[in-house]
Amino acid sequence: MDNIAGKKSALQWAVHLSTALLVALWVLPTAGLLVSSFRTGDQIVTSGWWRALMTQESQLAAIRIGGDEVEKDGQFVIEGNLFDGQGAEISLWGTSSKEPEAYAAGETATLNDGPTLMVQVDGAFVLSSATTMADLRMPRVFVTAATPPDFTLGNYSNVIASPMAGQSIGEAFLNTMTVAIPSTIIPILVAAFAAYALAWMDFPGRPLLVAFVVALLVVPLQLALIPLLQLHNAIGIGKGYLGVWLAHTSFGMPMAIYLLRNYMAGLPRDIIENARVDGATDFQIFIKIILPLSFPALASFAIFQFLWTWNDLLVALVFLGTGNDQQVLTGNLVNLMGSRGGDWEILSASAFVSIAVPLAVFFAMQKYLVRGLLAGSVK
Amino acid sequence: MNPAIQALFVIIGGVGGCIGYFYLSNIFLDKVLYPASGPNAGRNINRANLIRPWLFLFPALFGLSLYLAYPVLATAWLSLHDKTGAFVGFENYRTMASEGKFWESMSNNMLWLLVVPALSTAFGLLAAQLTDRIRWGNFAKSLIFMPMAISFVGASVIWKLIYDTRPEGSAQIGLLNALWVQFDGGIGSVIALKVMPALILLSTILAALFGIWALLAPLREADRRGHPGIVAVKIIVAALLAFVVYELATWLIGTLTAVLPYGAPQTWLSMPYWNSYFLMIVLVWIQTGFAMVILSAALRGVPEETIEAAILDGANPFQIFFQIKVPQIMPTIVVVWTTITIVVLKVFDIVLAMTNGQWETQVLANYMYDKLFRALDWGVGSASAMVIMLLVTPILIWNVYNARKEMR
Repeated sequence: MDNIAGKKSALQWAVHLSTALLVALWVLPTAGLLVSSFRTGDQIVTSGWWRALMTQESQLAAIRIGGDEVEKDGQFVIEGNLFDGQGAEISLWGTSSKEPEAYAAGETATLNDGPTLMVQVDGAFVLSSATTMADLRMPRVFVTAATPPDFTLGNYSNVIASPMAGQSIGEAFLNTMTVAIPSTIIPILVAAFAAYALAWMDFPGRPLLVAFVVALLVVPLQLALIPLLQLHNAIGIGKGYLGVWLAHTSFGMPMAIYLLRNYMAGLPRDIIENARVDGATDFQIFIKIILPLSFPALASFAIFQFLWTWNDLLVALVFLGTGNDQQVLTGNLVNLMGSRGGDWEILSASAFVSIAVPLAVFFAMQKYLVRGLLAGSVK
Repeated sequence: MNPAIQALFVIIGGVGGCIGYFYLSNIFLDKVLYPASGPNAGRNINRANLIRPWLFLFPALFGLSLYLAYPVLATAWLSLHDKTGAFVGFENYRTMASEGKFWESMSNNMLWLLVVPALSTAFGLLAAQLTDRIRWGNFAKSLIFMPMAISFVGASVIWKLIYDTRPEGSAQIGLLNALWVQFDGGIGSVIALKVMPALILLSTILAALFGIWALLAPLREADRRGHPGIVAVKIIVAALLAFVVYELATWLIGTLTAVLPYGAPQTWLSMPYWNSYFLMIVLVWIQTGFAMVILSAALRGVPEETIEAAILDGANPFQIFFQIKVPQIMPTIVVVWTTITIVVLKVFDIVLAMTNGQWETQVLANYMYDKLFRALDWGVGSASAMVIMLLVTPILIWNVYNARKEMR
């Protein structure tokens, strides 16, 4: 296919270009949020994230002048800088919100009650008056300035430590871990035993049970919510971690059994029969032969289950409750979207805290993830 | 007790309990109940082996039955009863059917079911075919696959930034609006927003019409009709394509006639009808990687000889792709399609996080959540859950049928 004479290079270029375009389309949304999460709130709302590396001309929030008054040549003077060394360049400025661009940099303005104010390009200002300004309300300055790119980790330290929607992301992170880790580990062994029985043990009704598992694979878990909530209340579990663990364990079971059974059924028959002839019991065969050999399948299921439980919203909402200290990361994020929908510096940093762990797992264990997907759906 | 410590105990206890259960129950079976020694050794071994599978299966089956099978029946029961538990027949369903929101959810869900699997599979196939032919393909693949690891809620935040709207005059920080306000109504805008989309729509319509013709033409000849089931599937697919043609044709007319508000930032998520598509894009973005991974494996499994034979016969790359490769991986395409269909039916997080069903974006799963946990109307909520179950059932039957065929 690659060697169709003459057409190769042009076609190959088209392939490279279209792939690059496709990849860009798929990466850009995430990149946008990632870049935004490192910008200050001011910067996010004044320019798109794709301009984060450029110098931006924009009108900044009002800055109130302050400083110590010094007496110089019969004048009372306050000197200082509007910025603390950020390298911003002021082009226009003003002293009222109605006329924020009244003066050019370097010009002197006379305030309505006497004092004069001069603002330089680099933000240095001189406020001088014939009388003392000690009991004067300091004027506010509105500036239009070109600010250099400014990146910060402040958003992250902000959302991790301090509560935003009734609960800090750090706390939600712990809750999510508490939900996800047991829900990932517990089903593995249970499912592995069942998968072994369905793959290698002969008993009446086996095909029927496989069909049962396949059928449950697609049952929407929406159906399970109310009956299980009633059940949990009836047996005294109520809402809490135990309920979530049980629910996640069982909801992951069909996938686990199906995946592991497919994998185990593909293991060489000879090994198992030789072991049987040598007098090994099924339990020994399972522990000593099947389990170590099935490691790739176990790993891929573990990754699936971890991603699924970490990213889940519905099960946590229903079985864990909606109180402020019970939110998982996804729930917290939904709350933030409702209450702090416009504060992108908070939203983006929170989103990335919740995305970081699954992404790390994904990139570290991609091989197993792909293998698991293929075992689960292609024959 | 701190939940984190509790979790640690649960892990240790759970794993230890599992091992203990399997180990001890086996010992009990072999040593106490049917010992493999004494006068009845042979018969005992046989008996033990009859029971052992069920020992292995019991915990899993118990969980499955209690947490998945029983709720299906219980939900069906709940949907036929009112709050007090009195039997009301199909009253809940009737209430549901009289609600506008329900029909809005249904029609939105149908759109989702049509658009998301189709686009995800198409993009996945495209990505698979493209990345398999270049050296940095694996890198490209893992980037396209990446959204798979991101939660639906995280994806919603990501896309909400893209759809963000700022008042007219201030800088747009949403990518879509930033692009949109670039169009000023000049010749460039006309080409990009009228001519190009019209051409794309027209070619898609023609392709769909060709598809309908290709599906239906053989049916006129009695001897080529084949299995009645296949005929039925063909007719259904053709009908769906006809619906797509109709929909696209209205878009085409709309594209050509609409007066677009050039230069004014749009609030994309509160734009009725179209906002559903903006939500669907999020799911397509997530699911394409899945389709790509599976289809790429299937494409690599296509026998080399068939492709070589086609090249010798003078087929061009497009013919090779559409007439040699695609037909051979059709079963995999169906698997991908159905898997994504199931995901679509359960989609809940995206709608909840981005619009919460406002501005006519409601879907069944979120409608159900509304009924169950906001309106606390368990009857109607269960009834809508049963509707989701009903929509899943054909796929369930198809999967079971295939699994049984494989087992034989």
